[in-house]
Amino acid sequence: MAVLVIADHNNAELNDATLKVVGAAQKMGGDIHVLVAGEGAGAVAEAASKINGVSKVLHADDVNYAKRLAEPMAELVIGLAGSYDHIVASSGTDGKNFMPRVAAMLDVMQISVITGVESADTFVRPIYAGNAMATVQSSDAKKVITVQPTAFDAVALDGSAAVEAIGNGAFPSISEFVAEELTKSDRPELAGAKIVISGGRALGSNEAFEQYIYPTADKLGAAIGASRAAVDAGYMPNDYQVGQTGKVVAPELYIAVGISGAIQHLAGMKDSKIIVAINKDEEAPIFSVADYGLVGDLFELMPKLEAAL
Amino acid sequence: MKVLVPVKRVVDYNVKVRVKSDNTDVDLANVKMSMNPFDEIAVEEAVRMKEAGLAEEIIVVSIGPEKAQDQIRQALAMGADRGLLLTTDEDVESLAVAKLLQKVCEEESPQIVIMGKQAIDDDRNQTGQMLGALLGWPQGTFASEVKKEGDKLHVTREIDGGLQTVALNLPAIVTTDLRLNEPRYASLPNIMKAKKKPLEKKAAADLGVDLAPRLTKLKVTEPPKREAGIKVESIEQLVDKLKNEAGVL
Repeated sequence: MAVLVIADHNNAELNDATLKVVGAAQKMGGDIHVLVAGEGAGAVAEAASKINGVSKVLHADDVNYAKRLAEPMAELVIGLAGSYDHIVASSGTDGKNFMPRVAAMLDVMQISVITGVESADTFVRPIYAGNAMATVQSSDAKKVITVQPTAFDAVALDGSAAVEAIGNGAFPSISEFVAEELTKSDRPELAGAKIVISGGRALGSNEAFEQYIYPTADKLGAAIGASRAAVDAGYMPNDYQVGQTGKVVAPELYIAVGISGAIQHLAGMKDSKIIVAINKDEEAPIFSVADYGLVGDLFELMPKLEAAL
Repeated sequence: MKVLVPVKRVVDYNVKVRVKSDNTDVDLANVKMSMNPFDEIAVEEAVRMKEAGLAEEIIVVSIGPEKAQDQIRQALAMGADRGLLLTTDEDVESLAVAKLLQKVCEEESPQIVIMGKQAIDDDRNQTGQMLGALLGWPQGTFASEVKKEGDKLHVTREIDGGLQTVALNLPAIVTTDLRLNEPRYASLPNIMKAKKKPLEKKAAADLGVDLAPRLTKLKVTEPPKREAGIKVESIEQLVDKLKNEAGVL
């Protein structure tokens, strides 16, 4: 039998998360097929065909898949499900949206946001904001799984699978796309960035992020993140949030500025390779996970950091 | 229009849970329990719909132990009209919860089901979507804004990279994200009033739904510990370490 990986993309580019999801899929066993559902996403299907270990790319092209709304996506995947033991997607907001719908239609329990594959039916996943790791075994005939991409290594782009155009699934016509407002940024995407600089409530305002975080981020080519406290206070939009209720990141370098290190924030960044914490409170919990801690006033230290780079 | 709000009794947001020494589960003995924070946001949104004249009746449903009454009463004190508790002492998985809620929806015929995007205990983020699939209803997940436009429900969703608005036919499922609203505190008079609001109880096992778990928890362990590193004295020392020791700059 085989694994169906559903590609994460924006019709123009394949999201790197998919390479990590394939990395997880390789541990489940069997042929790996990738489904690219989109509108005019030929380039994505082409890119997916180069993913190492993928034997076939299924390409569904229709305006109804342009935004990958959950209702048509679930119908499409259900139509393909008969041939697969495992149906797998990234735990980005697309996968989180349509995968549980797929699971319920197949009458199986989804295994959400896995960080480890023990065997074809046994997986590791964080619970309680990452304060505990559960090893769970599924008794369902088909496994519907979302994968935490940062927990797996990306596979190489050196394959050459065939791309097969496939027909559409049913269109339920109960939901439609209205509008989208995407954050425009020249900075790398938060979830996949090599360096992330995050600010916390200590920044005190959106202007402080612009003045003290942005310049250093630009020098480093870093993505910008924020703690939930900073988001709740309205300093930054929610899609910058790192943590249990936001994004999980695992960059080479994570710089936490004015972040105390609440449990729910640590759940979103503790797998980073190197963690730097800058905080004026030397008792802040963030220092207990930081490789390099610097106690001091961020408003004095951040301009110095920018100048030193 | 009726609005149904499912709520879950979970470990309080501020409790740091610990793993049992025999690695069978986390230790929940004597810890503070509360309403799942995302569900509180859902209750608040439903109450605002009622205040805006959009909803006529708000029904709160919980699946859990007898003590989950506390969470239903809290929702009633916030402004919901009546409660339904499906009692069980078992850990009911999301799929079975969705099937129980499907039964409730078939009986109550709400136009909107609004619930938290995830429970902060098992962090699965799936029950709302599953309920949508079982009922054949559309879903607006991770909502940061909900508006009625004509005969459709417009839901603005928090997605990777920004916001997306979808139009849903009614009836529909909405799952809440953090920025949808800030839940109110119930006033003392409203807490007193809530004690008189109707709260019906039924055994979850009597609804004719297979509640048997599909997943077996083999073990629960502590997450890998990260060791604290060193404190540096200055930006110069920090940059030097990052360049020459860690090699990340």
